Amino acid sequence: MKRMTVKILFAVLALSLGVFALSGCGKDSDTIKVGFNLELTGDIPKVGEASKFAAEMLKEDINSKGGLEVGGKKYKLEFVYQDNEAKAESAVNAALKLINQDNVVAIVGPNSSKQAIPAGATCNDAQVTMVTPWSTNPDTTKDRPWVFRACFLDPFQGPVAANFASKQFGAKTAAVIFDIANDYSKGLAEIFKAEWEKKSGAGTVVGFESHGTKDQDFSAQLTKIIAAKPDFIFIPDNYNQVALIVKQAHDLGYKGPFMGSDAWGSAELMTLCGKDCIGQFFSTHYAAAGAQGATKEFIDRFNTKYKYVPDDVAALTWDATRLVLQAIQSAGKVEKDIKAERKLVRDALANIKEFAGITGNMKFAGTGDPNKCAVVVQISPEGKFEFKETVCPE
Amino acid sequence: MQKYTATIVLFAFIVLLVVLAQFSILDRYYVSVLMFMGVNVILASSLNLVNGYMGEFSCGHGGFMCVGAYVSSLCTVLMFSKNQILGAPLLPPQLAFVGFPLALMAGSAAAAIAGLVVAVPSFKTRGDYLAIITLAANYIVISAINNMEIIGGPRGFMGMSATERAMQDMLNIPWVLIFVLLGTVFTVWILRRFVSSTLGKGVPAICQDEIAAEIMSVDTNRMKLIAFMLSSGLAGLAGGLYAQVLGYVNPQSFDIMRSTEVMVMVYLGGMGSLSGAALAAILFTVLMEALRFLDVWKWVVIPLLLILLMQFRPEGLMGNKELSDLFPKLRKYYSFK
Amino acid sequence: MFCAAALAAAIPAERRTPQTGARKLHLKAKVPLVEIFQHILNALQFGSFYALIALGYTLVYGVLRLINFAHGDIFMVGAYLAYFIAVTLLGIGGLNLGMHIDPALALAITVPVTMILTALVGVTLERTAYRPLRRKGADRLYVVITALMAGLVLENGNLALLGASRKRFPDMIDKVVWNLGGGVSVTNLKVIVIVAAIAVFMLLQFIVTRTKIGMAMRGISYDKFAIPLMGIPLDTIIVVTFVLGSGMAGLAGILFAMSYPILEPYMGALIGWKAFIAAVVGGIGDIRGAIVGGFMLGFIEIGVVAVFPSTLRDLFAFSVLLIILWLKPTGIYGVAQTTKI
Repeated sequence: MKRMTVKILFAVLALSLGVFALSGCGKDSDTIKVGFNLELTGDIPKVGEASKFAAEMLKEDINSKGGLEVGGKKYKLEFVYQDNEAKAESAVNAALKLINQDNVVAIVGPNSSKQAIPAGATCNDAQVTMVTPWSTNPDTTKDRPWVFRACFLDPFQGPVAANFASKQFGAKTAAVIFDIANDYSKGLAEIFKAEWEKKSGAGTVVGFESHGTKDQDFSAQLTKIIAAKPDFIFIPDNYNQVALIVKQAHDLGYKGPFMGSDAWGSAELMTLCGKDCIGQFFSTHYAAAGAQGATKEFIDRFNTKYKYVPDDVAALTWDATRLVLQAIQSAGKVEKDIKAERKLVRDALANIKEFAGITGNMKFAGTGDPNKCAVVVQISPEGKFEFKETVCPE
Repeated sequence: MQKYTATIVLFAFIVLLVVLAQFSILDRYYVSVLMFMGVNVILASSLNLVNGYMGEFSCGHGGFMCVGAYVSSLCTVLMFSKNQILGAPLLPPQLAFVGFPLALMAGSAAAAIAGLVVAVPSFKTRGDYLAIITLAANYIVISAINNMEIIGGPRGFMGMSATERAMQDMLNIPWVLIFVLLGTVFTVWILRRFVSSTLGKGVPAICQDEIAAEIMSVDTNRMKLIAFMLSSGLAGLAGGLYAQVLGYVNPQSFDIMRSTEVMVMVYLGGMGSLSGAALAAILFTVLMEALRFLDVWKWVVIPLLLILLMQFRPEGLMGNKELSDLFPKLRKYYSFK
Repeated sequence: MFCAAALAAAIPAERRTPQTGARKLHLKAKVPLVEIFQHILNALQFGSFYALIALGYTLVYGVLRLINFAHGDIFMVGAYLAYFIAVTLLGIGGLNLGMHIDPALALAITVPVTMILTALVGVTLERTAYRPLRRKGADRLYVVITALMAGLVLENGNLALLGASRKRFPDMIDKVVWNLGGGVSVTNLKVIVIVAAIAVFMLLQFIVTRTKIGMAMRGISYDKFAIPLMGIPLDTIIVVTFVLGSGMAGLAGILFAMSYPILEPYMGALIGWKAFIAAVVGGIGDIRGAIVGGFMLGFIEIGVVAVFPSTLRDLFAFSVLLIILWLKPTGIYGVAQTTKI
């Protein structure tokens, strides 16, 4: 009987191998597949969710009109979503799956630089176009002709935050607390520090503390920072960490202001942070309140459909996906061979010089990075992000 | 001649896989799954030596894999890749197909030395305490690398794919697949030879009764040392191959979850059974891919399956039997026990 | 005892100025006394969580010789249960029964209910997963594997059922920040946490050393086979052990949720492993060991971050623990076990 059991187990093993081997068969030639490498679970699930919602809304728009028109023929759009769990190596895995198993023509995402930088290397090596909506770290597109982005970069964002803070708070000294395991957080913290010390002199960043991604207790770092008495604290961190840090700083008796960066901009920030975050400022990609034209239309439709005001990730994903679709369209035809199609898309995307996005006008200069303006918003007592000022590159 | 049939069939199978991959009959996705399968087989069989044959409870296999991955990646990048951290490549790309195995060996050696560090405390402790020590060792390795900014720290390390490209430029065959398959065969072969040798029989002796083994002239300390070093060295080999397959490595991928996965494979296959560990590794990889449609539920279903397994068949798929015990006729076809 | 431990941790940290190569370590030459007090307070609070969870590990190990790897996840379940009960009572979510109870009263109800429900979860786990294996006389290793897998099921089941979004624990007590002068401040919540840990320790110490059930628990840890012969129901004692251990984990869960109000499914995993190591370093099987180990780990972690960059925290913490284990392999309060040949 035991022998039989084991032989049955072997048969099951062989069968499952067979089923698995055959599962990849079957392709449709009238659809265009675009892949999405998103943070659907993990530390920042709201970010991935916002991207997915925006993408779904766009797909319905286009498919309801019969599909995307390329070279006179209409193709249905198929969006494939892979979860990168907000982890760097899962992002690489997800990219490999989208490229090899799902055979997509281009990839949108990951959003956070921590995932986007390694995934970008993978896409670049595999020669597949990647457009990241939200990643602001320069390394994502540096020396990678196949990777593009739809947002501004941290070397631009750092000075925006520094200038605003020194103007708004009249600050002379600053302190920074950042996530050392996150490329975005660390990169922006260093850029900010360099910028601030250039402006106000060496040694004016009186606290420069790091923490790990999974940390929940920041009392040691915050104690050191508060003891150094900075005029404000800069926190270039993801929204789930920000909520804890601000709260603990208040618990330790800190009463000064904070300055944030674009990773604060999620719709879930106020749910997690509550009244501790009211009145704080952060730099971001767009301000929902007071928007006009196509931006307002997008915001209203998103709000009606998904019951919350879209954050910057959703708006940037809308723009990034439309960039990809426009590239597919301007390529003129859809190749059967996936490698050739991917090359066509990439070349067409590189040829786009100017793009009117709902997050602002984008001018591409050939590096894959657009020239865009940033906005600084303040969190109102109702928990909304209110526009404070715009900063554009010269 | 009949005695070598198994070996010939095995190598023919490898050649077949490579040919299929070369002509894209097996597309890139299946090739990458095959490579992960190979890495898992190496991991499971190497842990099986310590957890299965020797009966210890080592929870830190991820740490050795990490050491091997980083050391061999650093070597390949130093040798063949222009990198902003380490400057221009040292060797011409034509030597890539020689340099890569050397880098893998360097990774294994480094991991074996790390295994030495864990083996020494194991002389005095067993069971639960060894679990702590290996767990702590795993965390220490990850933490140490997290603090080395020069190799990227927690943000990871890239650049290994330049080696693959250099090899492909020279001769366009799926090099990494070949190396993974060869590594797997080598691992299983060396473990088999070790365990069935007179020296290696000391390992199950320690498992069954350490005092009696000591009395019977088995030098238990030396055996433990050898077993740990062999096990961690092979884990380092798996790490080096894994890093090359992925093209990116960061310390978080070798944390306690990775160690848990490897332990699942070993206990699924049956402790003390080399073919069991290999089969379980293959089954596990296939399950992970096949259950992908379940998304998050995958990680609920797999532990549940294992709990059920522990309830109803705790010795695992194969207990401590080998494939040749189940299918005795196979014994005719290969040349060693 | 705590002062001694605190000074022991803080003073060497102040004097030690390591030279570590090319990297700038942002070390202050002297950490001011005021800051040290603040760090001590932080460490006491953080160590309390480790201590509470380590207690659960120790209790179960002492009686069953089983490392209940699912304990960290029972802690996570406790935190989530507290969340659901709290939001239901406050009427802002959960079962939406429309209740609007005063937060202080809601807290008074939440704490015992959470502890009872978490204890139920622990007992269910024991009945369904561990007891059948014990009946069969299965090797201890299989039970440990089962525990590991059960923990994974809890974590990922939570993720699958409740989604990936973080939950925010509502504020239930008014936070009072007391300024102790000179920049040292402590909130009432921190004090509650520390007091709770010490109270639990004393309660458990009382139960284990002064009551009959405690005597039975100690008896089982000496000789499992003689106990049923003495007319003591083994299963009942084991259930009581799990009730105590899981209940304390539930308490730790609710306190943690109040202090760090962002809940996520994997929050129990890392804390669980660290608390386990703390329990072993303190001497697993002994309640005093769990407390000492937990607080020691808290002090080491906070102490390291206070002096060195915080990335070195895990490295130092685990290295120190390994050194302690190397010097005294059975832990600080542990007793070496003899095995008959």
